[in-house]
Amino acid sequence: MVDEVRIGVYICHCGKNIGGVISPKRVAEHVSRFPNVVVASDYLYMCSSPGQALIEEDIRKHNLNRVIVAACSPRMHEPTFQAAVARGGLNPYLLEMVNIREHATWVHEHEPEEAERKVIGLIRAAVERARHLYPLEVAKFPVVKSVLVIGGGIAGIRASLDLAKAGFKVYLVERKQSIGGRMAQLDKTFPTLDCSQCILTPMMVDVANHPNIELIAYSEVEEIDGRPGDFKVKIKMKPRYVDWDKCTGCGTCVEKCPWRVPSEFDEGLGYRKAIYFEFPQAIPRRPVIDPEHCLYLTKGICRVCERFCPVGAIMFEDKPRYVEVNVGAIIVATGYDLYDMTKLHEYGYGRYRNVITGMQLERLSSAGGPTGGRITTIEYERGRFKPGKTPKTVALILCAGSRDERHVRYCCRIGCMAALKHAYYIAHALPDSKIIICYTDIRAFGKGFEEFYQRIRSLPNVYFIRGRPMEIIENKDGSLTFDVYDSNINRMIRVTADLVVLETALVPPKGFEELRQKLKISCDPGGFGLELHPKLKPVETTVDGIYLAGFIQGPKDIPDTVAHAGAAAAAAASFLAKGYVESTPYLATVDEDICSGCALCVSVCPYDAISIVVKDGKRVAQVDSVKCKGCGACAGTCPSGAMQQHYFTDRQIMAEVAALAEGVVA
Amino acid sequence: MSGFEPKIVVFACNWCSYAGIDLAGTSRIEYPPNVSVVRVMCSSRVTPEMVLKALQRGADGVLITGCHPGDCHYITGNYNTLRRYYLLKRILNELGLGERVHLEWISASEGERFAKVAHEFVERIRKLGPLRIEEV
Repeated sequence: MVDEVRIGVYICHCGKNIGGVISPKRVAEHVSRFPNVVVASDYLYMCSSPGQALIEEDIRKHNLNRVIVAACSPRMHEPTFQAAVARGGLNPYLLEMVNIREHATWVHEHEPEEAERKVIGLIRAAVERARHLYPLEVAKFPVVKSVLVIGGGIAGIRASLDLAKAGFKVYLVERKQSIGGRMAQLDKTFPTLDCSQCILTPMMVDVANHPNIELIAYSEVEEIDGRPGDFKVKIKMKPRYVDWDKCTGCGTCVEKCPWRVPSEFDEGLGYRKAIYFEFPQAIPRRPVIDPEHCLYLTKGICRVCERFCPVGAIMFEDKPRYVEVNVGAIIVATGYDLYDMTKLHEYGYGRYRNVITGMQLERLSSAGGPTGGRITTIEYERGRFKPGKTPKTVALILCAGSRDERHVRYCCRIGCMAALKHAYYIAHALPDSKIIICYTDIRAFGKGFEEFYQRIRSLPNVYFIRGRPMEIIENKDGSLTFDVYDSNINRMIRVTADLVVLETALVPPKGFEELRQKLKISCDPGGFGLELHPKLKPVETTVDGIYLAGFIQGPKDIPDTVAHAGAAAAAAASFLAKGYVESTPYLATVDEDICSGCALCVSVCPYDAISIVVKDGKRVAQVDSVKCKGCGACAGTCPSGAMQQHYFTDRQIMAEVAALAEGVVA
Repeated sequence: MSGFEPKIVVFACNWCSYAGIDLAGTSRIEYPPNVSVVRVMCSSRVTPEMVLKALQRGADGVLITGCHPGDCHYITGNYNTLRRYYLLKRILNELGLGERVHLEWISASEGERFAKVAHEFVERIRKLGPLRIEEV
């Protein structure tokens, strides 16, 4: 460093966020005495235009060659100030941000003197570090203009259609035989009581027909490699035992198959065959054989489907196949699962036949469901479901597993409205019945929700009890009795019902944890995908080019899911349309004079970005700057200090660490 | 203990732990002000020298934080951190400094947990007393 280091330090008030706890003016005075600090100023909002202009002007006026901004987290405004520094004529990586809001004034509000001391200490460390900064360059890489959408529920469908219509190639991967997801299982949607399938199936057909969408059903994501803008995704196509190219979807095989299996789509109440479509309107209309139940695949007998198939599409010897797709962006739209209700031992789900989930009630109420749309109690004959009698009293229990520290702490956000809708189903189909709603709070926050709530509340045969039921007891006739304390009237009430419906807690789907780790995205305490910013970046993740759509970011009803999926598609489209991604400038770099070619760095690099080459008869490490993603593991491992990471060199970090350890000395 | 306020240096990876520490701030969950954070891209960037430097130059304790196992933004970086930590810990134990260095996984959503960890670590170091390496 031949040139004299000339540092400008800028301390932001962030309104009262910083200025309300410490005195930025006093801090500026203090730090102006630090070596190499040419100018130190405070300003109400550094991120505002005049704030940024102040930096730009000062760079020219004072001939600055380093800039320190002490304000919010670099995760918030680093790009803003890098741009300002660049406009001032300096390399943007000569900027150093000091996080004095998230890491000081917001967490030490009640110790303002200590907070101010800490801020001065942090700035002193930044001054020490900034001395060792040097200009960096970023490289640009082209993006592949295609998208992978994981999950074919309403979120995945909407995102796929938006992107396909914008001209991007979309690969839509669905784990099940058909797209449609949870929405396909619903009878009606709240609060408008639209027929769920009627509004969903046209969109499913659009997906099937759109030339830009390649639907990869009955498949799962196996491996993800590559980088934002250029992901390489290996997809496992599970064995279907049916040649989908030959199959015409006539359904003869399904009709002729002799083996009945409880239907997942009907939540275990109805039956499907061992060769099956998920549901009648399934897309793609191509069946699969369930290898765990097919008589031929389990016992070596039958082969009826093969005999009747008019086109010879059955292939019992089918194996998993793998395809690799190359995409620029990925949208995660994997939806949700119901929380396992058998964990709520006191409600007896799984033990008492007439305790069912809200989703099971959806199937009972659906014309395409196991009862043809009749709401009945549950009977079993030789282990098989059959419709029971018409229930006289139905109890709906809200927050089953939700808002409960023993189970799921968060609110499922749709249970209240789903329960009101379920009350409507029952009141509409069985006007003589009595419906009892045991609720914690009714959260009717969305458009038209309050109106719908009032409508259901005004029905003469719907009763509201504010309380969570205690243990449910099964009576001899299959009806159920429980006590519930109504906190509105301070009275214990005993309820006997023919059918109890649990409005279940909703959780991230099975397998999401593994997928999330493959994608390298973070999760929240509930296990849902973590958005980059809770307010302003609701679809982005910590990985560029990977977006969340719908319930997997957190509980959402259908309108919110659709809006969120549209936002994810728009974010992916703008990422792809730009045409290039910038690489991180924080790459690994080797000092070949010091490197001994020991190859320790090679062994820790997660990206195979380092190789050992012979240069002038000497073994040295070489970094592939395209593969390097800038973690610095190699630099952390190098025994000689030959391997360094730009912007995080030993010298830079050591200077910062030493200054922090010393504390405020001046 | 009156008077003694330990100085703690925290290393935090950009993707999980630094974000989690930011979240403690956004959520206004307070922790002792004598805890200062050094940002690195990945916890595996932290060298034993950096930890020793902190102790040598006046820190009374060093907290290394990273993504939970399996969650590393760089696939396997935190496993390097873990291995290196145990090696360093053996040397530090020989020197009687083992208690002063601690590794903790903090995810981007664990702001509250970071504050708790910071409290506990400060308490632990406060009990150990000042390090005063220059006097040793």
